[in-house]
Amino acid sequence: MPLELVVNVAISGVLTGLVYGLMALGLSVIFGVVRVVNFAHGEMMTIAMYAVVVLFAALGLDPLLLVIPIAAAFFGFGYVLQAGLINPFITRPEHSQFLLLVAIGLIMVNALLVIFGPDARNVQVDYQLESFAIGPILFDKVRVIAAGAALATSAALFAFFKLTLTGKAIRACADNHLGALVVGLNVKHLYALTFGVGAACVAVAGCMMVLLVDVTPVLGPSYTLLAFVIVIVGGLGSMPGALLGGVLIGMSESLAGLFIEPSAKSMFSFGLLILVLLFRPQGLMGRRA
Amino acid sequence: MTAPSKPRSPVRRRVIQAAAASAALTTLGFPAIVRAQSKRLKVGVLLPRSGYQGFIGQSCQKGADLAPGVIKQMLGVDVELMNADTETNVDVARTRAERLIQEGANVLVGAFDSGQTVAIAQVAEQRGTPLVINIAAAPQITEQGYKFVFRNFQTARDIVGNGLRLTGDLFHATNTVPRTAVFMHVNDTFGTAVSRGIAAAMPHMTQLPFKIVDTISYDPAARDLTVEVSKAKASNADFLMLVCRLNDAIALRREMVKQRWNPMGIISPGSPGMYEEQYFKTLGKFSEYSISNVPWYNPRAELTHVVEKAFQKQNPGEKFPFHGLNVGFTFEAIMIAADAFKRAGSTDPKTLADAIRQTNIPRKMMLGAPIKFNAKGQVEGIGSACVQNLKGLPTVVLPADAATAKPVFPAPYYKA
Repeated sequence: MPLELVVNVAISGVLTGLVYGLMALGLSVIFGVVRVVNFAHGEMMTIAMYAVVVLFAALGLDPLLLVIPIAAAFFGFGYVLQAGLINPFITRPEHSQFLLLVAIGLIMVNALLVIFGPDARNVQVDYQLESFAIGPILFDKVRVIAAGAALATSAALFAFFKLTLTGKAIRACADNHLGALVVGLNVKHLYALTFGVGAACVAVAGCMMVLLVDVTPVLGPSYTLLAFVIVIVGGLGSMPGALLGGVLIGMSESLAGLFIEPSAKSMFSFGLLILVLLFRPQGLMGRRA
Repeated sequence: MTAPSKPRSPVRRRVIQAAAASAALTTLGFPAIVRAQSKRLKVGVLLPRSGYQGFIGQSCQKGADLAPGVIKQMLGVDVELMNADTETNVDVARTRAERLIQEGANVLVGAFDSGQTVAIAQVAEQRGTPLVINIAAAPQITEQGYKFVFRNFQTARDIVGNGLRLTGDLFHATNTVPRTAVFMHVNDTFGTAVSRGIAAAMPHMTQLPFKIVDTISYDPAARDLTVEVSKAKASNADFLMLVCRLNDAIALRREMVKQRWNPMGIISPGSPGMYEEQYFKTLGKFSEYSISNVPWYNPRAELTHVVEKAFQKQNPGEKFPFHGLNVGFTFEAIMIAADAFKRAGSTDPKTLADAIRQTNIPRKMMLGAPIKFNAKGQVEGIGSACVQNLKGLPTVVLPADAATAKPVFPAPYYKA
């Protein structure tokens, strides 16, 4: 097998993995603080993708320009969702939280079906099918941009959680819920902020993803599952783990597709998941409970 | 010198038009046209109107939607549609079929996809309700000894045979001799059946100048086809032979552009995807020159004109060539059921199934021999056409007697 082919596929796997990681980042942030697994995660990303499609069609704005306004809108949406609907479930059993978020996801899918129908939609920008070459290695321009967005978003999140007072307060809530209450932190507000930040991450991922795949209302559940696999592999609640998990899944799918059988490539991401669950149940970068 | 005639009144014009339409339909050869029926035939139409096959399911649905009006005119039979969405899901297809039968469907029609159709066929056979398949190619559907399952569509074997023959004709017509092909196919029931058909047929197709250097199967719902296209490109094959669905065909073509892979052409030996409207809309200029050798409608058939007219009335602004295949086979499936109902004069399932078995409809819409079922419930001799995307439309380029343009091969983007 030509080395050039292997390198091309491996690079593509890393770039795709970073996009996956960006998508999973929001899930990891939310779980890390609020301790709720957002089972409507993929569906929220689908809504962000539709927002791009609609605004692109109406205003002709490039999806890259839409990243900030859509992320801001999703921050507000996430805040309201957590403050209004999820906060009352924080102290309830996990199966109640699970059912609530699955129900939210189902409502989202069906609302999208009602509004947009089942047709696949997309945006078409000039650079969408472009690639550039460095020697024999081809780089997909959109994947490079999306990977860059993933790294930039991760850096911004790290800075927010490490350097700002609000970020530190959120981390305090995550570390010690009771202690945070005792020192007078408004925990419910901080949870809502966290969900907003997670939703904004999902929105950024949606803005990038719409350049790579067509969007349909039923796209969400498969991405929820993928994000879930990634954060389990990387470690639930770990932001670097989400990126690492994304890259590992992207790479394993690509290389398994190349060396073994393309149609069975998603099998390997689940194989990786089982291995991690067996030998490091807290995930590669997760903390043992 | 004659007196100037009075202008015709709208009423008179309508009467004349109705008479003309009636006369035209009479020439189609349907006996006892416009004889009222006292009972309705309830047709359960099962199609994947959502999910990743949603586009094609909706296209088929257009054929079902126009059927009651056209059939009422043609046969005088009242058809009531009971529509169900299979959601591109085998289990949903099975449960929806069950429910349609419970709700009183006399006959089922569907379901575009082989996997879903296999599930529906099992239900139809168990419940003793006739199923007329519009589109589904997996050979095993009519190899099970079913008594209530009928198919007016080519089997994968026929599709492959006709598709490969047309591929040879294409090379002959364009004086080209590609030596190698890479074969990519979806790994669903249909794709696997076609793949097996190609493996079985290739050794006997000695007139074909090429050999298949690599076979790559992929998931039709795959998020990303980068690896698949990288492997195909690395094969250095002269052309891509592709068995696809719609969404994956779009993703695959995009990936070919990104990876700067420009083979002599893309030829489907018989699958949907590349002649669909969405393929053109999404890919624009990159949709051009793709070739599909598929069962197709006869643009010169009288029934085609009737159906096309009804289609344009129900779907103003839509282009019939994008829907002709899906509309045609779905319409014909309902027409077969209605014709049998008319002859049987009963909705009793067994009587209806016996009447379907005796079907003989020579004047049809789709290319090929008259609609007659063999002992297995399969129509034989359905024809294919080589359809190339030219100037934004799927265009018949072969066989020559049905062609409206000349084939272009290799594609202009080809780089040797």
